[in-house]
Amino acid sequence: MKLQWNIFIAFFRVGILGYGGGPSSIPLVHKEVVDKYKWMSDEEFGDLLALGNTLPGPIATKLAGYIGYRVSGVLGMLNAVLATTLPTIFLMILLLSSLSSIKGYDWVQGMTAAVIPVVGVMLAVLTWQFIQKAGKGMGWLSTIIMLIAVFILLEILHLHPGILIGALLILAIIKKDGKKEEAPLSERDGDSS
Amino acid sequence: MIYWEIFLAFFIPGILGYGGGPASIPLVENEVVSRYGWMDVQQFSEVLALGNSLPGPIATKMAGYVGYEVGGPLGAFVGVFATVAPSLLLIIILLSILYKYKDSPKVKRMTLYVRPVIGVLLGIMAWRFFSESYANIGFFQTALLTVVSYLLMEKFKLHPAFVIGGALIYGGFLL
Repeated sequence: MKLQWNIFIAFFRVGILGYGGGPSSIPLVHKEVVDKYKWMSDEEFGDLLALGNTLPGPIATKLAGYIGYRVSGVLGMLNAVLATTLPTIFLMILLLSSLSSIKGYDWVQGMTAAVIPVVGVMLAVLTWQFIQKAGKGMGWLSTIIMLIAVFILLEILHLHPGILIGALLILAIIKKDGKKEEAPLSERDGDSS
Repeated sequence: MIYWEIFLAFFIPGILGYGGGPASIPLVENEVVSRYGWMDVQQFSEVLALGNSLPGPIATKMAGYVGYEVGGPLGAFVGVFATVAPSLLLIIILLSILYKYKDSPKVKRMTLYVRPVIGVLLGIMAWRFFSESYANIGFFQTALLTVVSYLLMEKFKLHPAFVIGGALIYGGFLL
Protein backbone atom coordinates (compact mmCIF):
# COMPACT_ATOMS: atom_id res chain seq x y z
CA MET A 1 0.00 0.00 0.00
CA LYS A 2 2.87 2.29 0.93
CA LEU A 3 4.49 1.38 -2.38
CA GLN A 4 1.36 2.23 -4.38
CA TRP A 5 1.16 5.53 -2.56
CA ASN A 6 4.79 6.28 -3.41
CA ILE A 7 4.20 5.43 -7.08
CA PHE A 8 1.16 7.62 -7.14
CA ILE A 9 2.81 10.60 -5.50
CA ALA A 10 5.97 10.30 -7.61
CA PHE A 11 4.06 10.38 -10.89
CA PHE A 12 1.50 12.87 -9.66
CA ARG A 13 4.37 15.27 -9.07
CA VAL A 14 5.73 14.50 -12.54
CA GLY A 15 2.37 15.12 -14.16
CA ILE A 16 1.61 18.32 -12.32
CA LEU A 17 5.11 19.84 -12.63
CA GLY A 18 5.86 18.90 -16.24
CA TYR A 19 5.27 22.13 -18.12
CA GLY A 20 6.00 22.00 -21.83
CA GLY A 21 4.58 18.63 -22.83
CA GLY A 22 5.88 15.10 -22.44
CA PRO A 23 9.61 15.72 -22.93
CA SER A 24 9.73 18.16 -20.01
CA SER A 25 8.70 15.33 -17.72
CA ILE A 26 11.83 13.28 -18.52
CA PRO A 27 14.14 14.97 -15.98
CA LEU A 28 11.32 14.95 -13.40
CA VAL A 29 10.80 11.22 -13.84
CA HIS A 30 14.55 10.71 -13.54
CA LYS A 31 14.60 12.74 -10.33
CA GLU A 32 11.81 10.71 -8.72
CA VAL A 33 12.68 7.26 -9.98
CA VAL A 34 16.48 7.24 -9.90
CA ASP A 35 17.39 9.85 -7.28
CA LYS A 36 14.54 9.77 -4.81
CA TYR A 37 12.98 6.30 -4.75
CA LYS A 38 15.88 4.40 -6.38
CA TRP A 39 13.58 2.10 -8.32
CA MET A 40 16.01 2.09 -11.22
CA SER A 41 19.68 2.68 -11.95
CA ASP A 42 20.91 5.35 -14.36
CA GLU A 43 21.72 2.63 -16.90
CA GLU A 44 18.22 1.18 -16.80
CA PHE A 45 16.73 4.64 -17.11
CA GLY A 46 18.92 5.28 -20.14
CA ASP A 47 17.79 2.04 -21.78
CA LEU A 48 14.19 2.89 -21.08
CA LEU A 49 14.62 6.35 -22.54
CA ALA A 50 16.34 4.96 -25.63
CA LEU A 51 13.64 2.43 -26.32
CA GLY A 52 10.94 4.91 -25.42
CA ASN A 53 12.32 7.25 -28.06
CA THR A 54 12.37 4.48 -30.65
CA LEU A 55 8.77 3.48 -30.12
CA PRO A 56 5.79 5.62 -31.10
CA GLY A 57 3.36 7.31 -28.72
CA PRO A 58 3.69 9.79 -25.86
CA ILE A 59 6.93 9.47 -23.90
CA ALA A 60 5.62 10.47 -20.46
CA THR A 61 3.07 7.65 -20.20
CA LYS A 62 5.50 5.10 -21.63
CA LEU A 63 7.97 5.98 -18.89
CA ALA A 64 5.33 6.08 -16.15
CA GLY A 65 3.62 2.88 -17.24
CA TYR A 66 6.79 0.88 -17.63
CA ILE A 67 8.29 2.03 -14.34
CA GLY A 68 5.01 1.39 -12.51
CA TYR A 69 4.94 -2.09 -14.02
CA ARG A 70 8.56 -2.80 -13.07
CA VAL A 71 8.02 -1.64 -9.49
CA SER A 72 4.72 -3.38 -8.78
CA GLY A 73 3.08 -5.11 -11.73
CA VAL A 74 -0.12 -4.21 -13.52
CA LEU A 75 -1.55 -2.29 -10.57
CA GLY A 76 1.59 -0.18 -10.37
CA MET A 77 1.34 0.46 -14.10
CA LEU A 78 -2.26 1.66 -13.93
CA ASN A 79 -1.49 3.72 -10.87
CA ALA A 80 1.48 5.46 -12.50
CA VAL A 81 -0.34 6.20 -15.77
CA LEU A 82 -3.39 7.57 -13.96
CA ALA A 83 -1.25 9.70 -11.64
CA THR A 84 0.56 11.19 -14.65
CA THR A 85 -2.46 11.90 -16.82
CA LEU A 86 -5.57 12.26 -14.73
CA PRO A 87 -4.91 15.47 -12.75
CA THR A 88 -4.19 17.58 -15.83
CA ILE A 89 -6.97 16.08 -17.94
CA PHE A 90 -9.35 16.90 -15.15
CA LEU A 91 -7.97 20.43 -14.97
CA MET A 92 -8.30 20.80 -18.72
CA ILE A 93 -11.94 19.68 -18.82
CA LEU A 94 -12.74 21.90 -15.86
CA LEU A 95 -11.11 24.99 -17.34
CA LEU A 96 -12.47 24.55 -20.83
CA SER A 97 -16.01 23.97 -19.70
CA SER A 98 -16.04 26.75 -17.11
CA LEU A 99 -14.34 29.49 -19.11
CA SER A 100 -16.40 30.76 -22.00
CA SER A 101 -13.42 32.65 -23.31
CA ILE A 102 -9.96 31.32 -22.56
CA LYS A 103 -8.22 34.47 -23.71
CA GLY A 104 -8.05 35.94 -20.21
CA TYR A 105 -5.40 33.76 -18.72
CA ASP A 106 -2.28 35.88 -19.14
CA TRP A 107 -1.07 34.92 -15.70
CA VAL A 108 -1.23 31.25 -16.65
CA GLN A 109 0.94 32.03 -19.68
CA GLY A 110 3.35 33.88 -17.40
CA MET A 111 3.56 30.93 -15.04
CA THR A 112 4.31 28.53 -17.85
CA ALA A 113 6.87 30.88 -19.37
CA ALA A 114 8.81 30.99 -16.10
CA VAL A 115 8.96 27.22 -15.79
CA ILE A 116 10.41 26.66 -19.28
CA PRO A 117 14.00 27.72 -18.41
CA VAL A 118 13.86 25.67 -15.19
CA VAL A 119 13.06 22.59 -17.24
CA GLY A 120 15.87 23.63 -19.58
CA VAL A 121 18.30 23.55 -16.65
CA MET A 122 17.09 20.11 -15.57
CA LEU A 123 17.47 18.76 -19.08
CA ALA A 124 20.94 20.29 -19.38
CA VAL A 125 22.03 18.66 -16.11
CA LEU A 126 20.66 15.32 -17.23
CA THR A 127 22.45 15.73 -20.59
CA TRP A 128 25.73 16.25 -18.81
CA GLN A 129 25.18 13.16 -16.64
CA PHE A 130 24.56 11.01 -19.71
CA ILE A 131 27.62 12.37 -21.50
CA GLN A 132 29.79 11.72 -18.44
CA LYS A 133 28.50 8.14 -18.27
CA ALA A 134 29.18 7.63 -21.95
CA GLY A 135 32.69 9.03 -21.47
CA LYS A 136 33.40 6.59 -18.66
CA GLY A 137 31.90 3.67 -20.59
CA MET A 138 33.64 4.02 -23.93
CA GLY A 139 36.41 6.56 -23.39
CA TRP A 140 36.30 10.29 -23.96
CA LEU A 141 37.71 10.36 -27.48
CA SER A 142 35.16 7.96 -28.96
CA THR A 143 32.40 9.63 -26.94
CA ILE A 144 33.22 13.05 -28.36
CA ILE A 145 33.47 11.71 -31.90
CA MET A 146 30.18 9.91 -31.46
CA LEU A 147 28.46 12.95 -29.95
CA ILE A 148 29.52 15.06 -32.92
CA ALA A 149 28.45 12.38 -35.40
CA VAL A 150 25.09 11.94 -33.70
CA PHE A 151 24.53 15.68 -33.59
CA ILE A 152 25.25 16.02 -37.32
CA LEU A 153 22.96 13.12 -38.17
CA LEU A 154 20.08 14.36 -36.06
CA GLU A 155 20.24 18.13 -36.40
CA ILE A 156 21.88 18.78 -39.75
CA LEU A 157 20.79 15.76 -41.78
CA HIS A 158 17.49 15.51 -39.84
CA LEU A 159 17.65 11.78 -39.39
CA HIS A 160 14.87 10.56 -37.13
CA PRO A 161 16.25 9.58 -33.68
CA GLY A 162 14.15 6.42 -33.73
CA ILE A 163 15.95 5.22 -36.84
CA LEU A 164 19.39 6.04 -35.41
CA ILE A 165 18.67 4.29 -32.11
CA GLY A 166 17.16 1.33 -33.93
CA ALA A 167 20.24 1.03 -36.15
CA LEU A 168 22.59 1.15 -33.15
CA LEU A 169 20.58 -1.49 -31.31
CA ILE A 170 20.76 -3.77 -34.34
CA LEU A 171 24.51 -3.12 -34.64
CA ALA A 172 24.94 -4.06 -30.98
CA ILE A 173 23.13 -7.34 -31.57
CA ILE A 174 24.82 -8.46 -34.75
CA LYS A 175 28.34 -7.54 -33.65
CA LYS A 176 30.29 -10.61 -32.62
CA ASP A 177 30.73 -11.23 -28.90
CA GLY A 178 34.06 -11.64 -27.15
CA LYS A 179 37.45 -10.25 -28.04
CA LYS A 180 39.24 -12.71 -30.31
CA GLU A 181 37.57 -16.01 -29.65
CA GLU A 182 36.93 -16.89 -33.25
CA ALA A 183 38.04 -14.49 -35.90
CA PRO A 184 35.01 -14.04 -38.11
CA LEU A 185 35.65 -15.32 -41.59
CA SER A 186 33.14 -13.00 -43.13
CA GLU A 187 33.54 -9.24 -43.35
CA ARG A 188 34.79 -7.42 -40.26
CA ASP A 189 33.52 -4.03 -39.36
CA GLY A 190 36.17 -1.37 -38.92
CA ASP A 191 35.25 0.06 -35.53
CA SER A 192 37.27 -0.97 -32.52
CA SER A 193 35.42 -1.12 -29.27
CA MET B 1 -20.47 3.56 -32.59
CA ILE B 2 -18.94 6.70 -31.14
CA TYR B 3 -16.55 4.99 -28.73
CA TRP B 4 -15.06 2.95 -31.53
CA GLU B 5 -14.49 6.17 -33.50
CA ILE B 6 -12.85 7.79 -30.49
CA PHE B 7 -10.66 4.75 -30.07
CA LEU B 8 -9.54 4.86 -33.70
CA ALA B 9 -9.07 8.63 -33.70
CA PHE B 10 -6.51 8.38 -30.90
CA PHE B 11 -5.10 4.95 -31.60
CA ILE B 12 -3.74 6.06 -34.97
CA PRO B 13 -1.88 9.18 -33.71
CA GLY B 14 -0.61 7.11 -30.77
CA ILE B 15 0.89 4.47 -32.99
CA LEU B 16 2.20 6.86 -35.67
CA GLY B 17 3.46 9.65 -33.42
CA TYR B 18 7.18 9.04 -33.30
CA GLY B 19 9.00 11.54 -31.15
CA GLY B 20 6.74 11.80 -28.13
CA GLY B 21 3.49 13.60 -27.49
CA PRO B 22 4.10 16.87 -29.36
CA ALA B 23 4.78 14.89 -32.56
CA SER B 24 1.27 13.52 -32.43
CA ILE B 25 -0.50 16.91 -32.33
CA PRO B 26 -0.86 17.32 -36.11
CA LEU B 27 -2.01 13.71 -36.34
CA VAL B 28 -4.66 14.29 -33.69
CA GLU B 29 -5.79 17.42 -35.48
CA ASN B 30 -6.13 15.46 -38.70
CA GLU B 31 -8.44 12.93 -37.05
CA VAL B 32 -10.44 15.29 -34.86
CA VAL B 33 -10.90 18.16 -37.29
CA SER B 34 -10.57 16.71 -40.79
CA ARG B 35 -11.79 13.14 -40.52
CA TYR B 36 -14.50 13.18 -37.85
CA GLY B 37 -15.30 16.90 -37.74
CA TRP B 38 -15.75 16.91 -33.95
CA MET B 39 -14.17 20.35 -33.74
CA ASP B 40 -13.27 23.16 -36.12
CA VAL B 41 -9.74 24.47 -36.45
CA GLN B 42 -10.47 27.41 -34.15
CA GLN B 43 -11.78 25.22 -31.33
CA PHE B 44 -8.91 22.81 -31.75
CA SER B 45 -6.33 25.57 -31.52
CA GLU B 46 -7.96 26.89 -28.34
CA VAL B 47 -7.78 23.44 -26.79
CA LEU B 48 -4.17 23.22 -27.87
CA ALA B 49 -3.36 26.64 -26.44
CA LEU B 50 -4.81 25.78 -23.05
CA GLY B 51 -3.26 22.33 -23.14
CA ASN B 52 0.16 23.84 -23.74
CA SER B 53 -0.12 26.13 -20.75
CA LEU B 54 -1.15 23.36 -18.38
CA PRO B 55 1.34 20.84 -17.01
CA GLY B 56 1.54 17.16 -17.93
CA PRO B 57 1.79 15.23 -21.19
CA ILE B 58 0.07 16.97 -24.10
CA ALA B 59 -1.15 13.89 -25.99
CA THR B 60 -3.24 12.55 -23.13
CA LYS B 61 -4.64 15.98 -22.30
CA MET B 62 -5.87 16.30 -25.89
CA ALA B 63 -7.25 12.75 -25.92
CA GLY B 64 -8.92 13.15 -22.55
CA TYR B 65 -10.54 16.46 -23.37
CA VAL B 66 -11.69 15.64 -26.91
CA GLY B 67 -12.92 12.23 -25.76
CA TYR B 68 -14.91 13.90 -22.98
CA GLU B 69 -16.44 16.46 -25.35
CA VAL B 70 -17.52 13.79 -27.80
CA GLY B 71 -18.48 10.92 -25.52
CA GLY B 72 -18.51 12.00 -21.87
CA PRO B 73 -16.38 10.39 -19.15
CA LEU B 74 -16.29 7.05 -20.94
CA GLY B 75 -15.21 8.83 -24.11
CA ALA B 76 -12.37 10.47 -22.17
CA PHE B 77 -11.30 7.09 -20.87
CA VAL B 78 -11.38 5.52 -24.34
CA GLY B 79 -9.37 8.39 -25.82
CA VAL B 80 -6.66 8.17 -23.18
CA PHE B 81 -6.58 4.38 -23.31
CA ALA B 82 -6.15 4.40 -27.10
CA THR B 83 -3.32 6.94 -26.79
CA VAL B 84 -1.44 5.23 -24.01
CA ALA B 85 -2.00 1.48 -24.14
CA PRO B 86 -0.50 0.33 -27.47
CA SER B 87 2.93 1.89 -27.05
CA LEU B 88 3.02 1.12 -23.34
CA LEU B 89 2.35 -2.56 -24.00
CA LEU B 90 5.07 -2.61 -26.62
CA ILE B 91 7.70 -1.07 -24.36
CA ILE B 92 6.88 -3.41 -21.48
CA ILE B 93 7.22 -6.46 -23.72
CA LEU B 94 10.44 -5.28 -25.35
CA LEU B 95 12.14 -4.27 -22.11
CA SER B 96 11.10 -7.51 -20.41
CA ILE B 97 12.82 -9.43 -23.20
CA LEU B 98 15.84 -7.16 -22.93
CA TYR B 99 16.20 -7.70 -19.18
CA LYS B 100 15.93 -11.43 -19.51
CA TYR B 101 19.25 -11.18 -21.33
CA LYS B 102 20.66 -8.26 -19.42
CA ASP B 103 23.95 -10.00 -18.64
CA SER B 104 24.64 -10.82 -22.25
CA PRO B 105 27.38 -8.70 -23.82
CA LYS B 106 25.03 -7.78 -26.65
CA VAL B 107 22.58 -6.09 -24.33
CA LYS B 108 25.39 -4.36 -22.45
CA ARG B 109 26.64 -3.09 -25.77
CA MET B 110 23.19 -1.76 -26.62
CA THR B 111 23.22 0.36 -23.48
CA LEU B 112 26.70 1.59 -24.30
CA TYR B 113 25.98 2.46 -27.94
CA VAL B 114 22.76 4.25 -27.25
CA ARG B 115 23.99 6.44 -24.40
CA PRO B 116 25.61 9.19 -26.53
CA VAL B 117 22.45 9.42 -28.64
CA ILE B 118 20.35 9.97 -25.54
CA GLY B 119 22.89 12.57 -24.41
CA VAL B 120 22.54 14.47 -27.68
CA LEU B 121 18.74 14.16 -27.71
CA LEU B 122 18.50 15.55 -24.19
CA GLY B 123 20.96 18.29 -25.06
CA ILE B 124 18.90 19.32 -28.10
CA MET B 125 15.78 19.29 -25.97
CA ALA B 126 17.45 21.48 -23.36
CA TRP B 127 18.50 23.89 -26.11
CA ARG B 128 14.92 24.07 -27.45
CA PHE B 129 13.59 24.91 -24.00
CA PHE B 130 16.15 27.70 -23.58
CA SER B 131 15.51 29.15 -27.02
CA GLU B 132 11.76 28.98 -26.54
CA SER B 133 12.20 30.82 -23.27
CA TYR B 134 14.43 33.41 -24.95
CA ALA B 135 11.74 33.98 -27.58
CA ASN B 136 9.04 34.26 -24.90
CA ILE B 137 10.51 36.30 -22.10
CA GLY B 138 13.84 37.61 -23.45
CA PHE B 139 17.46 37.16 -22.51
CA PHE B 140 17.50 38.76 -19.08
CA GLN B 141 14.58 36.82 -17.56
CA THR B 142 15.77 33.56 -19.11
CA ALA B 143 19.29 34.02 -17.77
CA LEU B 144 18.00 34.97 -14.34
CA LEU B 145 15.68 31.98 -14.06
CA THR B 146 18.34 29.66 -15.45
CA VAL B 147 21.06 30.72 -13.03
CA VAL B 148 18.81 30.86 -9.97
CA SER B 149 17.17 27.50 -10.64
CA TYR B 150 20.55 25.89 -11.38
CA LEU B 151 21.95 27.10 -8.08
CA LEU B 152 18.89 26.02 -6.11
CA MET B 153 18.69 22.55 -7.62
CA GLU B 154 22.34 21.66 -8.04
CA LYS B 155 24.15 23.60 -5.31
CA PHE B 156 21.49 23.65 -2.60
CA LYS B 157 19.92 20.34 -3.66
CA LEU B 158 16.39 21.67 -3.46
CA HIS B 159 13.74 19.33 -4.90
CA PRO B 160 12.62 20.55 -8.37
CA ALA B 161 9.02 20.67 -7.11
CA PHE B 162 9.88 23.70 -4.98
CA VAL B 163 11.88 25.35 -7.74
CA ILE B 164 9.07 24.90 -10.25
CA GLY B 165 6.57 26.09 -7.65
CA GLY B 166 8.67 29.18 -7.10
CA ALA B 167 8.96 29.79 -10.83
CA LEU B 168 5.17 29.48 -11.19
CA ILE B 169 4.61 32.14 -8.56
CA TYR B 170 7.30 34.38 -10.02
CA GLY B 171 5.85 33.99 -13.51
CA GLY B 172 2.25 34.43 -12.40
CA PHE B 173 3.00 37.79 -10.84
CA LEU B 174 5.90 39.19 -12.79
CA LEU B 175 5.80 37.91 -16.35
